[in-house]
Amino acid sequence: MPDLGIEVLLKGNNLMRLLAGLGVALKISLIAIGLSIPLGILIGMLVNGKNPIIKGIYRVYLEFIRIMPQLVLLFLVYFGTTRAFGWDLSGETASVFVFTLWGTAEMSDLVRGALISIPKHQYESSAALGLNRSQTYFYVIIPQTVRRLLPLSINLITRMIKTTSLILMIGVVEVLKVAQQIIEANRMSSPNAAFGIYLTVFFLYFIACWPISRLAAYLEKKWR
Amino acid sequence: MEQYLPLYQKAAVLTIRLGILGIVFSILIGLICSFVLYYQIPIIKRIVAIYIEISRNTPLLVQLFFIYYGLPKIGIPTNAEICGIAGLSFLGGSYMTEAFRSGLEAVDKVQLESAESLGMNRFQTMRYVILPQAVSISIPAFMANVIFLLKETSVFSAISLMDLMFTAKDLIGLYYKTTESLFLLVVFYLIILLPISIIGSLLERRVRYAGFGD
Repeated sequence: MPDLGIEVLLKGNNLMRLLAGLGVALKISLIAIGLSIPLGILIGMLVNGKNPIIKGIYRVYLEFIRIMPQLVLLFLVYFGTTRAFGWDLSGETASVFVFTLWGTAEMSDLVRGALISIPKHQYESSAALGLNRSQTYFYVIIPQTVRRLLPLSINLITRMIKTTSLILMIGVVEVLKVAQQIIEANRMSSPNAAFGIYLTVFFLYFIACWPISRLAAYLEKKWR
Repeated sequence: MEQYLPLYQKAAVLTIRLGILGIVFSILIGLICSFVLYYQIPIIKRIVAIYIEISRNTPLLVQLFFIYYGLPKIGIPTNAEICGIAGLSFLGGSYMTEAFRSGLEAVDKVQLESAESLGMNRFQTMRYVILPQAVSISIPAFMANVIFLLKETSVFSAISLMDLMFTAKDLIGLYYKTTESLFLLVVFYLIILLPISIIGSLLERRVRYAGFGD
C-alpha cells in the first residue's frame, strides 16, 4: 500500500481546519444566496414590465455578468475597484459582493423566464373569473412560477457553492488554502499529503453539493 | 498599454487552444456517455451515472488541484497543459452528456416505432430519425456549455498555465498596472466569448424547426 497522505488528516486538528475552511466558503455562498434570491426576484419582476430603459440597462448588466468568467469579476472588484475608488476591500467582502451581483443576475433571469413561461390565457382566465391583479398573482401566477423556479434556484445554490472555490485566488483563506497550508506544513513528514488532502477537499465539496442537487432533481421530476 | 498587448495575445491563444481541446474531448465523452445512458447499457450506465454526479458536484479548481498536485504523488505524471485539458474534459463531459441526453430523450417513442415499421434498422433510425431532431434540440444547451467551459478556463492560472488571468495577475503584481491589465483582460474575454454567444443565439433561432412535429 503506497503512502497516500491520508494520515495527515488525523494529525492535530487538520480535519477540523479543513472543515472550517469549507465553512468559510459555505458562509460566503450562503450570504450571497440570501441576498441574491430576493434581489433577483425583485429585479426579475421589474424587468417584466414595459419600461424600455430599465430593460436596456438590465440587458447590458445581465449579458456582461454572464459572459465574464466569475474569476474576472472577482478580479475587477478586488483589484479594480479598490484601485479606482481607493477603498479598502477585504477578500471576503469582495467575494460576497461579486457573488451577489452574479447570483442576482442569474436569479432574475430565472424569474423572468418563469414569468414568461406562464401562458397568457392564465391571466385572461383569471380576469374572466373576476380576480383582481393581486389575486391573479397570489392564487394563479405565483404558485405556478414557484414550481418552475424552485428546482432551478436550488441548482443555482450548488453552482454558487462550487464557484466559491475561486475565492482562493483573491487571497481568502478557504478550504483549498487551508489544504495548501496543511500540505506545506507536512512536506517533510508526509510528502504525499497532496494526494490525500486534495482528494478530501474534492469529496468535501461533493458532500456539500450532492444532496442539494439531488433535491433539485427530485423536485424537478415531481413537479414536471 | 500597447506593450502588454502581445502578452495578452499569447495568453488568449493559450486560453482558446486549451479551451477548444477541452471542449472537443468533452463532446466525445458526452457523446459516448449519452449513448450509454440512452441505450441503457447495463453496468456501464451505473459508472456513467456516478461519473456525472461526481463531476457536476465538484468545482473545476478542486478537480485541477487534485489532478495537478495530487496524482503525481501516486506516480501519475502530469504536465500543466494536459492537466488543464483533462480537468476541463472531466467537467465538460458530464455537462455535454446531459445536453445530448436530453436531446435524445426528447424524440418521441412513436417515431422509433414508426421508423421500425418502415423497415429501418437501429443504425438507420439513429442516423435519419433520432439524431437530426436530437441535435437541434440540444443546440441551446450545447452552446451554453461551450461558453461555460471557455469561461471555466479562467481557473487554469491556478496550475501555473499562462492564460489571460495569469497574465493580468502578473501585470498587477509586477507593475501595479491594475487598471490597464484589468481593462485588457475584460476586452480579451469579450473578444473570445461575445462572438460565440452571438452565434449561439443565432443558431438557437435557426434550429427551432425541431419543435414543429408536435
